[in-house]
Amino acid sequence: MAAVLQAAALLMGSQTDIKRFRLRSALRSAPVRNEGFFVVRTNGRLSTTSGVMPRRAKLIPNAVAAKADTTTTASSADSKPGHELLLFEALREGLEEEMERDPRVCVIGEDVGHYGGSYKVTKGLATKFGDLRVLDTPIAENSFTGMGIGASMTGLRPVIEGMNMGFLLLAFNQISNNCGMLHYTSGGQFTIPVVIRGPGGVGRQLGAEHSQRLESYFQSIPGLQMVACSTPCNAKGLMKAAIRSDNPVVLFEHVLLYNLKERIPDEDYVLCLEEAEMVRPGEHVTILTYSRMRYHVMQAAKALINKGYDPEVIDIRSLKPFDLCTIGNSIKKTHRVLIVEECMRTGGIGASLRAAIIDNFWDYLDAPIMCLSSQDVPTPYAGTLEEWTVVQPAQIVAAVEQLCK
Amino acid sequence: MAAASALIKFKFPFRFLLLRRFSESPAEPVTMETSLPFSAHKCDPPPRSVTTSPSELLSFFRNMTVMRRMELAADSLYKAKLVRGFCHLYDGQEAVAVGMEAAITRRDAIITAYRDHCIYVARGGSPFEVFAELMGRRAGCSKGKGGSMHLYKKDASFYGGHGIVGAHAPLGCGIALGQKYSKEGTVTFMIYGDGAANQGQLYESLNMAALWDLPVVLVCENNHYGMGTAEWRASKNPAYYKRADYVPGLKVDGMDVLAVKQACKFAKEHVLQNGPIVLEMDTYRYHGHSMSDPGSTYRTRDEITGVRQDRDPIERVRKLILSLELASPSELKDIEKEVRKETDEAIAKAKESPMPDPSELFTNVYVQSYGAEAFGPDRKEVKADLP
Repeated sequence: MAAVLQAAALLMGSQTDIKRFRLRSALRSAPVRNEGFFVVRTNGRLSTTSGVMPRRAKLIPNAVAAKADTTTTASSADSKPGHELLLFEALREGLEEEMERDPRVCVIGEDVGHYGGSYKVTKGLATKFGDLRVLDTPIAENSFTGMGIGASMTGLRPVIEGMNMGFLLLAFNQISNNCGMLHYTSGGQFTIPVVIRGPGGVGRQLGAEHSQRLESYFQSIPGLQMVACSTPCNAKGLMKAAIRSDNPVVLFEHVLLYNLKERIPDEDYVLCLEEAEMVRPGEHVTILTYSRMRYHVMQAAKALINKGYDPEVIDIRSLKPFDLCTIGNSIKKTHRVLIVEECMRTGGIGASLRAAIIDNFWDYLDAPIMCLSSQDVPTPYAGTLEEWTVVQPAQIVAAVEQLCK
Repeated sequence: MAAASALIKFKFPFRFLLLRRFSESPAEPVTMETSLPFSAHKCDPPPRSVTTSPSELLSFFRNMTVMRRMELAADSLYKAKLVRGFCHLYDGQEAVAVGMEAAITRRDAIITAYRDHCIYVARGGSPFEVFAELMGRRAGCSKGKGGSMHLYKKDASFYGGHGIVGAHAPLGCGIALGQKYSKEGTVTFMIYGDGAANQGQLYESLNMAALWDLPVVLVCENNHYGMGTAEWRASKNPAYYKRADYVPGLKVDGMDVLAVKQACKFAKEHVLQNGPIVLEMDTYRYHGHSMSDPGSTYRTRDEITGVRQDRDPIERVRKLILSLELASPSELKDIEKEVRKETDEAIAKAKESPMPDPSELFTNVYVQSYGAEAFGPDRKEVKADLP
């Protein structure tokens, strides 16, 4: 047990005595006035069952989490009727609200200003907030990422957009050394509250260099937080949370998910960066996934339900650090784990997640952890070949059947 | 020399008379010309005549002596294996740090690469903090977690302290972006070396700085050697002040503290009106690139001793002070003795200061996060706040 606690503490990076209980307020962005927003837990309730109440709890437990729980059914009676929009519009809404709220939030990237963003995420913001605040940069990822980091050292909160995540490889030095490590090497003097975001993942025949998944490369950088959004609802919530966070956050979006439509709440909401989302509760097997693979998994889930299986689908959302609480509870229930991810097999998120699960939940597993990931090849251009590099619903169904044998 | 000083000492009223000719009081301005003219590229150079005061000159002398002593002490600490890893020493280049500091305020930002010990001291840090950080102690300026290449002082707008050559260039332009955004009327001095002048990210960020009129002064500390390679072997065009092409540049004698001060003052005013400028400081380092480099395989010892005799910044200021009779040689010696004593005390204190607590391994990885509580697998025994 001690080893588990140790590992859990290490994974969460806590340096304090892990047996101490500390209650914390959920409202943390100090310099700006708090205006009645709420932090949402995946169970949609205050944690009364564990007997622990956050102090100053202004949590309003309705709407979003309930919707997340019941995405497969019609909208819950609890929630107010929201408004429907596409994922990129949800990102824009989140960004716009944060820019209105805090004058220090700014956007830096290629084509974000006058052009409106290559995926229209920043459309209209330059006319509203001005050219300095929505800054069009030349094509120099390394240096404009570095400039964003330097600006954040003075107190600004830049949102740095990579037109495609793959281009951020050029800025790897800045992200790894300066972004991730400056808070530590300066002994806590400087904070780097940047958000680095952009679309990644395999698209429709975009070619090898434009279909990269960088989560695996960035995951070992200490000091960085990584989240991946998958629905308009969590896209807006995670964008807002990432901007408000004082840590550097990398927000992974997916090229093929920008046109997803969903109804999201009207009121202001922020999601928790470190939490996973329960997409579909179940009993037989835990399927952990994120980003676009969530939709492949849900397709496979439909087929599995018809075959009589009851999969529990969790969208892990937080790629660094992992939400081992939600994941662990699920494993304790189902005892079987399947990880479905889009990044490469070698050194990917699945590999780390497997290691984390084995370290912490070995005793609860009834079968080896299965991990379905993309092939370790550059993404080919040809459509049929591209289909085969990425995990397809049929493979997920086959894997679950094998796991539950 | 001793006889002359004795003469001056006994003839106290006469000396006082001499002093009266040049300065009534320590703040009385003194004007002189820099030893070399400025070379300019696409701008008008500042005038060669500089104004200073006796107290300022004496403070230059004292500060440079502190820096020189500190660097030499760091050398012996490294050889005694109390300082490990990398240690890049700044002796010979003190005039750049001191002259720059004299021209600006503590709200102007400075960012530099790994040869940062003296810039930290110029910004108001104490040698004790430097020694403690070099030796990895808790009392160091970065709590012992940064080391020689990561000295930072936020309250004095000193942004470090960076290990990767040229990677701080975009950071410097970003700091200038922040300054322009908040309209404070402050500038950023982004210091890099002749080696970093061949990095692409420098020119990328220079392009953006020029495009948006960011208040950044790019200072190239040209000590003529990029690690172990001479500038003529590394750069096709070693005139670094001209390399920025569309951005104006100025070449300054970096061993002359008054010339540096004049150039930095000029640069600050220029930049607040017109956007970035490049200053090339022609300077020299006596030590090798770092402590693992003897410094003599790619240059001759004669060259080093030649520069030490002809161009040493501290000797120049000493000669200036003596010729203007602002202090006697024995007074200057007293200052040196005092500085030596202070440095030794700082080292002794740093040697005794404690190592960081093991829990410090995990602090400052993240800032306090967004109020998330994290639970262990059963939500009962382990509850931690993500740090």
